[in-house]
Amino acid sequence: MNWLSADRLRLVVPALSLAVLLAAVFWIQPRAMSYTGLNLLFNLAVPIALATIAQMLIMTVNDLDLSMGTFVSFTACVTATFLQSNPLLGVLILAGCVGVYAVLGVVIYLRNLPSIVVTLGMSFVWGGLAVLLLPAPGGVAPDWIRAVMVSKPPFVPMAIIASVLIAAVAHWIVIRSAFGVVIRGVGGNERSVTRAGWSVLRARASAYALAGVFAVLAGMCLVGLTTSADANIALRYTLLSIAGVILGGGEFVGGRVSPIGAVIGALTLTLAASFLSFLKISPDWQIGAQGAILIVVLALRLVLNRHEGRTAR
Amino acid sequence: MKNLVVLTGLTILLTSTAMTSTTMADTAAKRIALSNNYAGNSWRQAMLQSWETITKPAVEAGIVAAADAFTTAENQATEQAAQIQNMILEGYDAIVVNAASPTALNGAVKEACDAGITVVSFDGIVTEPCAWRIAVDFKQMGKDQLVYLGEKLPDGGKLLEIRGLAGVFVDDEISAGIHEGVAENPKFEIVGSVHGDWAQDVAQKAVAGILPSLPEDIVAVVTQGGDGYGAAQAFDAAGRDMPLIIMGNRQDELAWWKEQKDASGYETMSVSIAPGVSTLAFWVAQQILDGQDVPKDLVVPFLRIDQDGLEASLETTPAGGVANVEYSLEDAQAVIAAAK
Repeated sequence: MNWLSADRLRLVVPALSLAVLLAAVFWIQPRAMSYTGLNLLFNLAVPIALATIAQMLIMTVNDLDLSMGTFVSFTACVTATFLQSNPLLGVLILAGCVGVYAVLGVVIYLRNLPSIVVTLGMSFVWGGLAVLLLPAPGGVAPDWIRAVMVSKPPFVPMAIIASVLIAAVAHWIVIRSAFGVVIRGVGGNERSVTRAGWSVLRARASAYALAGVFAVLAGMCLVGLTTSADANIALRYTLLSIAGVILGGGEFVGGRVSPIGAVIGALTLTLAASFLSFLKISPDWQIGAQGAILIVVLALRLVLNRHEGRTAR
Repeated sequence: MKNLVVLTGLTILLTSTAMTSTTMADTAAKRIALSNNYAGNSWRQAMLQSWETITKPAVEAGIVAAADAFTTAENQATEQAAQIQNMILEGYDAIVVNAASPTALNGAVKEACDAGITVVSFDGIVTEPCAWRIAVDFKQMGKDQLVYLGEKLPDGGKLLEIRGLAGVFVDDEISAGIHEGVAENPKFEIVGSVHGDWAQDVAQKAVAGILPSLPEDIVAVVTQGGDGYGAAQAFDAAGRDMPLIIMGNRQDELAWWKEQKDASGYETMSVSIAPGVSTLAFWVAQQILDGQDVPKDLVVPFLRIDQDGLEASLETTPAGGVANVEYSLEDAQAVIAAAK
């Protein structure tokens, strides 16, 4: 039973739920079992996966980002306007956004503010900026982003390659790198990290900045798929990203997160919506049904966690 | 003898199927889906109801094989994009869309077009060139209000504007039309503007909030529909003189108007788009699938109710609903012919 470590077990439930859902979708809609089908099923999950990783980084240091949706919307608006017409200015603005995220991390830590309140406040700032930038929907996706998002690599669809790539990169950063160990340590036991001589301030600032980077990428990918932006385009990402992290085996506190699980969680959420729509469930019930799927998966996890606790003892 | 009966029966059956197949053209095997982004107000409910009323007999008559309606659980462009991609997977021949965003669905719409699917957008149209657009001239709708006011109140005066949902292009368009109308008729002046989100309760709160800061002599309220009754309630509660409030064809608005008309001869007009426009989109999609030459840009006629037509419209409008007309195949052909 050595290979089934706690971390791996954490991944089993999300992976299993994704597999079961995928099998169900293939059964109902065999057309989905193709290159194009898979791409259509999953391409909109790519920006969600990126936003989920961003949210996961924030959750690693025991915080929560309620501005994720409006921030991704804003970066999408920047991508569809400045990045397209004036790439240099666009890059500067996006870099500035990442900077703001780092500052947020610092302010939240130094002033000991609740992250929920700060990010909720920021969500109005981002939302306002997005409306200022694009009062009416519009803008154009930069050609190169559009080209990447609609690219058709041989054998494996873009959406799958992108998801695997995101999971791998995030896994390396958070689980394998020294930086990842430190930020997980901050979430797990801040004092011991301080005593070991690491700067908690720097760790938090860089965790926030990195989250900003992933969120910016999410906005860019989204615009690549939709071809243009609007100020409300990604509002749902706030809750989707939190749900994705939890679904993927992460926890709100303690620095216990799983990047691969988070990506799987994002894919599962996307797939659950498609599954319900293939079942032709009335929209009035769809939100409820989506919630039911979430609860089932979480209940499964709870059962496994107990099992995990018992074997550990 | 028995054989003969069977034989004649068969012949009749055969000829009748042969007849239907010629009159029903080539769309009998085609499947049409409705992608709708929102169902949370009376207008959208009526829109879905009209779709059902018109498409069900059409499916039963074998004009099309299916006409399923889908609504996203939340009013978000990303969700609707996913919904459209699911429809591509399900192999529909045409997708009729009322879009959450004119641009954010373009990627998904392009995917559909590339898969050989006919996409017809209406009301909330999409800008992707491969799709058909049945557009509402929202700007004209705003402008018409000022034209009416210009005739009704030749002396002009101060106006309160109730807008829709911020950041939605319909709101921008109607408001732009209203402001254009004011610019052409400078006797009018907009002294206040609030967002009513096309909902009576929101409008009532918003108007009640801004009223104390407004001058007493407001002559009229220009609206976007779904907000007139709320505005009237707010004016009433504040004890103000009732201005002329433009209505938006909702039943509660029409009922209030009727009440006021009977009591004091209150005059106004009401304009909106009939929710039955979804059925117009259905027939247009059917015509395109049938191989007809249909221009990419079509225009929806307004449904306007004036003082004389109030009673008749109120009678046919269900409580909590919107004044409505459903379109027939002939209406659609007329709209198509007008656009050519």
